[in-house]
Amino acid sequence: MPETLTSPLKTSTGRVVRNEEMVLNMGPQHPSTHGVLRLELVVDGEIVVDVIPHIGYLHRCFEKHAEHMTNYQQVIPYCDRMDYLASMNMDWGYALAVEKLLGLQVPERVEYIRVIMGELQRIASHLIALGTYGLDVGAFTPFLFCFRDRERILDLFEMTCGARLLYNYIWVGGLSHDLPPGFVDKAKGFCKYFRPNVKELNDLLTYNEIFIKRTANVGILPAETAIAYACSGPMLRGSGVDWDLRRDDPYSIYNRFDWKPEIGKGEVGTVGDCWDRYMVRVREMVQSVNIIEQALEKIPDGDVQSAVPRRIRPNAGDAYVRSESSRGEIGFYVVSDGSATPFRVKARSPSFVNLSVAPEICRGYMIADVVAIIGSIDIVLGEVDR
Amino acid sequence: MTSQEIIDRARASLGDRILETKSEGVIDPYIKVPPAAVAEAALFLRDAPDLSFDYLMCLSGVDLTKGVLGVVYHLFSMSKRHKIALKAEVPAATPQIPSVITVWPGADWHEREAYDMYGIVFAGHPDLRRILLPDDYPGFPLRKDFKVPEFYQGMKVPY
Repeated sequence: MPETLTSPLKTSTGRVVRNEEMVLNMGPQHPSTHGVLRLELVVDGEIVVDVIPHIGYLHRCFEKHAEHMTNYQQVIPYCDRMDYLASMNMDWGYALAVEKLLGLQVPERVEYIRVIMGELQRIASHLIALGTYGLDVGAFTPFLFCFRDRERILDLFEMTCGARLLYNYIWVGGLSHDLPPGFVDKAKGFCKYFRPNVKELNDLLTYNEIFIKRTANVGILPAETAIAYACSGPMLRGSGVDWDLRRDDPYSIYNRFDWKPEIGKGEVGTVGDCWDRYMVRVREMVQSVNIIEQALEKIPDGDVQSAVPRRIRPNAGDAYVRSESSRGEIGFYVVSDGSATPFRVKARSPSFVNLSVAPEICRGYMIADVVAIIGSIDIVLGEVDR
Repeated sequence: MTSQEIIDRARASLGDRILETKSEGVIDPYIKVPPAAVAEAALFLRDAPDLSFDYLMCLSGVDLTKGVLGVVYHLFSMSKRHKIALKAEVPAATPQIPSVITVWPGADWHEREAYDMYGIVFAGHPDLRRILLPDDYPGFPLRKDFKVPEFYQGMKVPY
């Protein structure tokens, strides 16, 4: 039956919009949605009654592509492009899954380099998250400072593998290149350079009165809700859950370093608010610097490609392997039918799952708070949409 | 608990609703149940105090070919720190399976994605719409027999 003007207005979930409510589209081209996310907001005046996220604008059929490759290594460049701000972590997650299927052990040197790269990537990714978050709530300068520091990390990546954003560096069983001469000194130099800058960020943004007013007690995510929705990463730790895959579902060699997960404590507001999620990321940058420094001290010699298999033909079977990316739990469910091509690759991406809790924590706040909440989830749409 | 203990515990309570279990010789031990028993098994796995699988890590659809689709639930317990996979198989012609959204709210988008890509209908899901693809997309692209259409909305598909 054709809908007429007299039929009630409905949201895309079929909810009837009441007379005093209004439907407002935020995105897909909105600077605060960090890419192409569309939020269908049902608002009553300035109060958000409901949020319906619409995703998929950046869908590139990662899973379909993976099934059509001629071997397992070819999937890695696609993993790069999923979370383009944390490509190393994506490659690593996929490599871990295939290595698990193969029962492959990688050399010590490879493990150390992977940890160094993974943690450098975490700092770079968090710098973007924090910088753009400041931008979202009206602070411009920290954004520039964050990008200045991130450039240094990208320089390190560039001298290692030639690429600044999409590396294809971590392969199944090894790495594409060994560290170039001078890398260790330059990385140590970066750690030394970066530490004081965290204080600078704290002075500029973290403890800024306006910033605290915008983020404390906003978008509170209780720990039970976070677990029920399977949130992960800084999102889960911000809610006060002492949980980090690097420690609690250990992979690689993280248990050899001295570090502990950072959790939200509700210092300026309530546990699990936007400020806590922000602060977890700030502290994780310092934590990553600590891990990098320890790893640089102990890095052994070796050949980084000695374990790279010529042909990858895992036995028929499946494996779900998860690791801690910058945004949370990146899990790869890889099914093999015994051939040289993956039968099925499912990526459980952290932003996808973290974003699904957004309606829960946006209801009842102002429209401007939605910007603060979405920013604090730290989504990368390339990974939400895959 | 070890995966064998989890499986024994599930067998004791769910009995003949378990089709198959495996903990030896596989990377992720699993419990396979008929699709109609998924919601009951999920509720049991979450609520049994010694199991308490409260964290749904991943929910994947799989095309197992020969007219069978699979749904795989990877479960984890935050308090007990153990994991198990729950599997179910549905016929591709009538892919009906109960939704577990009331058990784990996080299943919402995962189920929509499995519906989007495989056409698996999760009965009881309050909002089963396509999530990644456009609403008017023809077919379910991750099924192995999917053919890329020559035209989409009158536009030539370039390859």
